[in-house]
Amino acid sequence: MLAVIGYGALLISFIISLYAIFAAIYGELKKQSRWVDSARRAMLLTFPVITVSAISMIILLVSGNYEVAYVAKVTSDSMPAYLKITAFWGGQAGSLLFWSWLMSAFASLVMLRKWDRDREFLPWVIVVTMVTLAFFLSLSVFFENPFVRTWWTASGPMVKQVFQPAGGLMYVPGQGSGLNPLLRHWGMVIHPPMLYLGFVSFVIPFAFAIASLITKRSDDRWIKITRRWTLWAWLFLSMGLILGGRWAYDVLGWGGYWAWDPVEVAALLPWLAGTPFLHSVMIQEKRGMMKHWNMFLIILTYGMMVLGTFLTRSGAVTSVHSFSQSQIGPYFLVFTLISVAGSLFLLFYRWSSLKAETKMKSWLSREGLFLINNFLFLIILFISFWLSVLYPILSEIFANARVSIGPELFEKLTGPFWLSILILMGIAPMSAWRASTAKSLGRNIWKPAAASLPILILLPIFGVTNIPGILTFWSVLFVIFVTIYEFYRGTKAKVRTSRMNAFSAFNQLVSRNRRRYGGYIIHIGAVLISLGIIGLEAFQSQTQATLSLGEEMALGEYTARFDDLNIYYTVDGTNMQVAEATLTVVKDGKVVDFIVPRVDYYLESGQPMTIPGVRSTMEDDFYAILVDWEEISTNSATFKIYHNPLVNWLWIGSIVFILGTFVAAWPTKEESGY
Amino acid sequence: MKKFQIISIFIIIAVSLIAVGNVLAQEPVPTPSADEVNSIAGNMFCPVCENIPLDVCGTEACEMWREEIADLLILGFSEDEIYEYFYERHGDMVLATPPLKGFNWLMYIIPGVAMIIGTVFLFRYLKNTTKQTAAEEIEEKPSEIKDPYLDKLEEELKKRN
Repeated sequence: MLAVIGYGALLISFIISLYAIFAAIYGELKKQSRWVDSARRAMLLTFPVITVSAISMIILLVSGNYEVAYVAKVTSDSMPAYLKITAFWGGQAGSLLFWSWLMSAFASLVMLRKWDRDREFLPWVIVVTMVTLAFFLSLSVFFENPFVRTWWTASGPMVKQVFQPAGGLMYVPGQGSGLNPLLRHWGMVIHPPMLYLGFVSFVIPFAFAIASLITKRSDDRWIKITRRWTLWAWLFLSMGLILGGRWAYDVLGWGGYWAWDPVEVAALLPWLAGTPFLHSVMIQEKRGMMKHWNMFLIILTYGMMVLGTFLTRSGAVTSVHSFSQSQIGPYFLVFTLISVAGSLFLLFYRWSSLKAETKMKSWLSREGLFLINNFLFLIILFISFWLSVLYPILSEIFANARVSIGPELFEKLTGPFWLSILILMGIAPMSAWRASTAKSLGRNIWKPAAASLPILILLPIFGVTNIPGILTFWSVLFVIFVTIYEFYRGTKAKVRTSRMNAFSAFNQLVSRNRRRYGGYIIHIGAVLISLGIIGLEAFQSQTQATLSLGEEMALGEYTARFDDLNIYYTVDGTNMQVAEATLTVVKDGKVVDFIVPRVDYYLESGQPMTIPGVRSTMEDDFYAILVDWEEISTNSATFKIYHNPLVNWLWIGSIVFILGTFVAAWPTKEESGY
Repeated sequence: MKKFQIISIFIIIAVSLIAVGNVLAQEPVPTPSADEVNSIAGNMFCPVCENIPLDVCGTEACEMWREEIADLLILGFSEDEIYEYFYERHGDMVLATPPLKGFNWLMYIIPGVAMIIGTVFLFRYLKNTTKQTAAEEIEEKPSEIKDPYLDKLEEELKKRN
């Protein structure tokens, strides 16, 4: 019954979204606001209706209704309730429904804002968001229905459909297959929803941009309305990427966090388009410039978002992350092409109405440097897209050769651009809007630059010879000094003008200019992340050895002694065989930790999960993986150990980064009307 | 006949002794360490396990490939010869960095071309727009974000410089 209710609600919400599109267009064309109001109410209605469908799915998952094929595929009796809920987005059909649910929630939130000042945007915002929602709902309704049940037919073969076929008998498996063990991790519980939230919330600025183009508005109203939406979207996307990295580090057992896998890149692409957009909109707000460019960037971000979703679900690229290949691929591709081509056509059609109100005065002005920042991000985007998506497809079509490109080439080709962005992060905040000369910029920048330069000499003296590593350390220090200097200058000026104490002055400085100082905090987070990245990429070392009990293996300053190996079956219902080793970690002759690398073997699905033993400090991680072991005697085992310098700064930087985005996105009193 | 038999036995013993001598005289070939194997396997993918580097993949197929790498090292293959060996048998898919051959040139050329085109466009745009601005001395558009505090702060900072 619940499956029928869930599917019925899904079908109704699809019809409602189609109606909202029709009513909004009709009302706008006929200038009848009651139709537009009706479309608005219809859009608001999609959320509660899809919620019925989503709750039905959650109840089916938690209660183990295995006659529903999706439930049987992603859950099993041994899974705890919270994992059964997260299995909602653990498979193709469920995640599409989840995507639509989030999309409808965001669409409803937009509809709840005050529209009095921007009434002309309303019908077109409804059309764009509802077209996107209707597309995703259509995938669930027609191709990847999460509510289909399994039936024995009278003629013999099994069929999967919602309603009982004539003479059919319901097939209820005694047990489900269970969620992929790799997905049973806190990072993976939160990672997909964060990515989806990032994706769906980027639809909102895109919808306003298209509405602005259709209504021939040439001002920056659409940017002002969606400023916070964009920041939240960017935050969710960033968190999704970070959590994905953390999951990989904790679960995949290869000592790293990012492998430039095509699907990882698919999630990165919207971020690489959205980040320059976040910077570029400031130019339009401040200087009335770059109107075409901002439109292009938000269209690109939307396009990359849909493309990313397509790549994950179509089987077009090979990846460990992909959902199984399904028939929705071609529809996704057509939707992506139509939506991007249509948006670009509209942009070119309105090209002449988007003229800049002012012109750029200097390459070194803030807007000039932002433009260079945009260029660097887009080059990285292009290289990533080319290497992970386009080239493998072209190679297969034209050269009949399948290729997989490893991280080394990505890092070689994109590394210089990442470093340039880092350095620019130190220069741009010191440059002024409108006019900035080399002399004025140099006067602002010389102090933090001079303070950071000694590291270029000190590091080689202390034996660091890796050039990209040295340059990254220098730029990290440079950006930190610039940012601290900016906070210092602002606080000092505030103290002088208002005569308050330094703490209050600092507090007021940040709270009254959240966007600016939130941005600086984000920069600090970004450079700390860079520190973690370069630590791992440039200075990681590893070794592998087979040890008998009591034997040791060394890596750098560390020694690991193999003390114990336990092999047992779990009795808590998780149905696993666990192999768990104990290693004593010795550093400089002293015992510093005991770590327990393990392998959980899920008997239901026959899949292993490698969980590293990690000794984690601010300086480095000592990361051990149990590779193999002697089953019977448990006297010997093979370990792979990694020394990951500075990697914790990646996670610390991520927290700072998120905090900075919160500061920047939190509305001020003046903005509360948006 | 007897003479022939004696000579034959003598030859066999002599050849055997030479062969044994040769074997004993050879340097023992060391078994490659797991690290040596992994440093090569880390630059390869197994076609069965999509996008998982060969050095960390736990499947039986990948284990066999790692053993094959170890065998090739024992036979005296260099790192490049091992890549070539797998490339010839399994194609581009096995190498994390596909070789610069034929169609693969595009993989390297296109990013370079894109970067050059992008750089030319960017600098032409910046050059043209700043040149025009200098000539026109255009009227500044006042900032649309009215923040008197920010203006005051900027003013104060300017004074201090």
